[in-house]
Amino acid sequence: MPLQVRDLVVRIRGLGKVVVDGVNLEVGKGEIVALMGPNGSGKSSLAYTIMGHPRYEVVSGDIVVDGESIVGLSPEERSLKGLFLGFQNPVEVEGVKLSNLIIASYNKRIGERDLLKTSNPRIIVEINKYASILGLRRELLYRDVNVGFSGGERKRSEMLQALILNPRYVILDEPDSGLDVDGVKVIANAIETLRSRNTGVLLITHYTRILRYVKPSRVYVMVNGRIVEKGGYELAEKIDREGYSVYQ
Amino acid sequence: MAGGGLEELAKIKSFDELLGIASTYPREIVLRGRIERGLIEEISRVKKEPDWMRRLRLRALELFEKLPTPKWVIGLDEIDLEEIAYYVKPLADRVESWDDLPQWIKDYYKKLGLPEIEARFLSGINTVFDSETVLHRVKEELRSKGVVMIPLEEALRKYPEFVKEYFGRVFPMSDHKFAALHYALWSGGVFVYVPPSVRVEQPIEAFFFVGSELEGQFEHTLIVMGEGSSLHFIEGCSAPMFKKYSFHDGMVELYVHRGAELKFTTVQNWSRNIVNFNNKRAIIEENGYVEWLEASIGSKLTYTYPTSILKGRGARTRNINVAISNGPFIKDTGGKAIHLAPNTHSILVSKSISSNRGLTVYRGLVRITRGAIGSTSHVQCDSLILDNTGKAYTYPRNEVEEPEAEVTHEATTGRLGEDQLFYLQSRGLSEGEAKSLIVLGFIRDVLQGLPLEYVSVLSKVIELEFSEYGGVG
Ligand SMILES: Nc1ncnc2c1ncn2[C@@H]1O[C@H](COP(=O)(O)OP(=O)(O)OP(=O)(O)O)[C@@H](O)[C@H]1O
Ligand SMILES: [Mg+2]
Repeated sequence: MPLQVRDLVVRIRGLGKVVVDGVNLEVGKGEIVALMGPNGSGKSSLAYTIMGHPRYEVVSGDIVVDGESIVGLSPEERSLKGLFLGFQNPVEVEGVKLSNLIIASYNKRIGERDLLKTSNPRIIVEINKYASILGLRRELLYRDVNVGFSGGERKRSEMLQALILNPRYVILDEPDSGLDVDGVKVIANAIETLRSRNTGVLLITHYTRILRYVKPSRVYVMVNGRIVEKGGYELAEKIDREGYSVYQ
Repeated sequence: MAGGGLEELAKIKSFDELLGIASTYPREIVLRGRIERGLIEEISRVKKEPDWMRRLRLRALELFEKLPTPKWVIGLDEIDLEEIAYYVKPLADRVESWDDLPQWIKDYYKKLGLPEIEARFLSGINTVFDSETVLHRVKEELRSKGVVMIPLEEALRKYPEFVKEYFGRVFPMSDHKFAALHYALWSGGVFVYVPPSVRVEQPIEAFFFVGSELEGQFEHTLIVMGEGSSLHFIEGCSAPMFKKYSFHDGMVELYVHRGAELKFTTVQNWSRNIVNFNNKRAIIEENGYVEWLEASIGSKLTYTYPTSILKGRGARTRNINVAISNGPFIKDTGGKAIHLAPNTHSILVSKSISSNRGLTVYRGLVRITRGAIGSTSHVQCDSLILDNTGKAYTYPRNEVEEPEAEVTHEATTGRLGEDQLFYLQSRGLSEGEAKSLIVLGFIRDVLQGLPLEYVSVLSKVIELEFSEYGGVG
């Protein structure tokens, strides 16, 4: 069963501005689906809404995970149901070390109430293993989350968390932006790892470079809060050549 | 009672659940009524104390009547001083073993993990229940090193001259109205004397418990550190939930002789109904050192400003103040350093956390008197506000009369934003868990040096403070 977005209309709480305007899309298990669209078209808003950010208000429509509506759930409940959002611009969280955040999130999933306890030493081994695969310096694990991280380090850290927490569906909001050539490859491999574990991936991106590696089964194009076209990988190539002007 | 102890503590969901609602228990003596001569005489009589102490109490009473309510006292209006029982002796003899305590006291202590902590980490413990010491345990380390640790009342009888020399000399009763009130009504508490050059390895703990509402607790701690000695003293306090409030007005006097070192740690976790005054002061002689760590977590209202008087050349102090106001509570806290001699050094650090309409106020004072050449002081005030309703104010004050001295000051304010909270929640953490992680990180560096067991208990307390079940409740 998939992650489904059905006729979703979203507005910014307090402002009334509609940012997602009747979107339908679907991501199956073990499937990679790309979402493209010009700046300000509502991609991140959609991602936030799926994860339950309080600033985005669902006006109508539904978000369904494996047959169950999650619209009424809190972000942490959505997370524990197996959703994960890799942020486009991850915020700095002073006071919480990256390693502690990962351990706490992991403990939450295995039902360990002492959040910072490493009851299973394998988790440390895993964190170190994936950090090294992603090219994330170990020192960063012991720094506060995203504090003083470079753009590329933030993207790698988001990916590290996705790999450790092993979600059912991940939404990756521009995981390839601001990365060097090797970085894009590393992230593409990580996405492939997730897919091979049967995780469904919604990949928001502006670039075909990453899509060449991960080969999405579907590409959606979003403009002004709406899905304006849907196709295969060749749609991404067309956008790469022609841009979005045809839709506006 | 089954279980108890630290393991149990790790599993509970809230402190309110842990201690529950106050239950009734047998009380041998309860003295209440107007604060006047008759009441004071009666307290003095039931305590069978020497006459000089009775006269001291009466002097304090006069001062209490004369002195105005301090300007910095806010939010005390709802206390009706005439409603309170000023002396309560529970029906419990003072004992030396946990097993000899009445069941209802033992139950509370076990739930708080005290016997286990004592067995594993302490060299001695004194516990005050309401107005009297009910348990006093001294371990071999203290005995063999000649350390004196006895209830203060007993010290009055055994070492009257010695006690007279220090009692009331560090914290004068004329300081403010509630200091005077303390001296008029004091009861319970411990006296410690560490002989010269003696280094005590394991900490001594004093634990204060208020068992019922509309009660006042006025315990007095007096510690004298001989030249070159060292000690870590820990204070803890707790209370079950009441319908009305209770009042705590304790005092700590520390006298640190030349080259001695004293760490004084307080983990204040009163229940939500306690109005808490703390009067803490140290006099530090040449090259002596005092480190205050004052963690104010519980209570409805807390006033505490541990003060170091750097009297001798080269004396040093570090004053760490942690205050959490999560809910409609006030922590009015801070620290003071008075530099009276050359080359004295102080560091004052305040970490305050407010949320859920909580208010934290930092009041600090650094005074460097003329002649305290080469002295330095550094003040650091960090406030963390966890939502839109928490408030933090800081009022640092410097009075520097000596041109060849230096005071530096740094302040930061951090606010937990909606996006940061969302980020942590999106990883599966509840709002409370996210907040407690951030708070623990915020105070991480000031907890260093505290025994690990206390760090873990304190972490647990903070985690519960912000959990869905605890805190505001
Ligand atoms: N919290 C907010 N407050 C006000 N406006 C917002 C908010 N969030 C999004 N918007 C607006 O909604 C529109 C969609 O923004 P969104 O971030 O979803 O775009 P995007 O497709 O992710 O763009 P990009 O490719 O640049 O990341 C923009 O016009 C943006 O300014
Ligand atoms: Mg975006």
